[in-house]
Amino acid sequence: MTEQLYYEDIVVGSEIPPLAKQPTIRQLVMWAGASGDYYEIHYDKDFAQSTGLPRVIVHGQLAGSFLGQLITDWIGEQGSLRKLTCSYRSMNFPGEALTCKGKVSKKYIEDGEHCVECNIWAENPEGDKTVLGMAIVTLPTRG
Amino acid sequence: MVEDTLNIDGLRSKIGIEWEPVVCEIEKGMIRRFAQAIDDPNPLWQDEEYAGRSKYGGIIAPPTFIQTVGWEQFEKQFQLQVAPSLGRGRLNGGVELEYYQPVRPGDTITVITKIADVRERQGRRMGKMVFVTFEKIYKNQRQEPVAKCRQITIGY
Repeated sequence: MTEQLYYEDIVVGSEIPPLAKQPTIRQLVMWAGASGDYYEIHYDKDFAQSTGLPRVIVHGQLAGSFLGQLITDWIGEQGSLRKLTCSYRSMNFPGEALTCKGKVSKKYIEDGEHCVECNIWAENPEGDKTVLGMAIVTLPTRG
Repeated sequence: MVEDTLNIDGLRSKIGIEWEPVVCEIEKGMIRRFAQAIDDPNPLWQDEEYAGRSKYGGIIAPPTFIQTVGWEQFEKQFQLQVAPSLGRGRLNGGVELEYYQPVRPGDTITVITKIADVRERQGRRMGKMVFVTFEKIYKNQRQEPVAKCRQITIGY
C-alpha cells in the first residue's frame, strides 16, 4: 500500500493520482457475475444494437467503481469515503482506455472530522469526461 | 422509436411505495469476486492477515460493493414493476452513495427500495425519455444504517 495521506497534506486544487483502466468484454462479464447485473447490452452486441446502441457498452456501475478505487487508493487505509456521486454523461466502450482523475475542491472540519471534497471524473481516449462526480472523504491528522 | 410504451403516469403512481425488503448475507467470496471484477488489488478487500492488522480488524468490502447487494432481486422487481412502463431500452443515469460504515463478511444486509422521483425529458438523439430515481436504504443485522443510494435509470 502507498503511504498514508493526512489532512495536513491536502492542498485545494491539487490533483489525485490518476488511475488507468482498460475494461474488456471479459471484465464486463466478470462484473456481471460479481454484481448480478446481467443486462445484455453489456456483453451481447446484437442485443445492444437492438436497443439502439452502437455496440456493447461498459456498465455505469463498473466505471463508478473505478472512481471508488481512485479514491480508496488515494485516501489509504486510515481514510474513509463518505459520499460518492457519479453522473454518466456518455457511454464507455470495452477495449477503450478509461482514465480516472480527480481534483481537490475543498477542505474543512465538520463535527470534529477532517473532510476533503473532490471533483472526480473518468475520461475516454478522446479526453471526453464520460463520467462526472464528486467525493467527500475524511482523513486522519498528523496531530 | 417505441415511445408509446413509456408510461409516465403509471410510474408516478408508484412513487414512495416501499418494495418488499431484500435480505442478503455477505460472504467473503462475494467481496473477493467484486474486487477481482474491478481489478482492485487493495489488500483490505481480500487479505485476511493484512486487513486483520488494519484499523478494521478484518476484511471489509470496497465502498461501491454496496450497490450490488440485492441487485438480482432489485432486477426482478424492476422487471415486474418498472420495465413494462419504460421504452425499448434503459441506461444508468447516475448514482449518489452515502456511506455510514463498511460492509463486512458475515453481515446480513437488508435493502429497502422505493421509487423517489419520475421525470420526463426530451432527448436530442433518443427522443422522449423518462428519468426514474430509486432510493435504497441499506441496514445491517444490528439495524444500523450502512449506506444510502439514489440511482437514476433512464428509459427511452
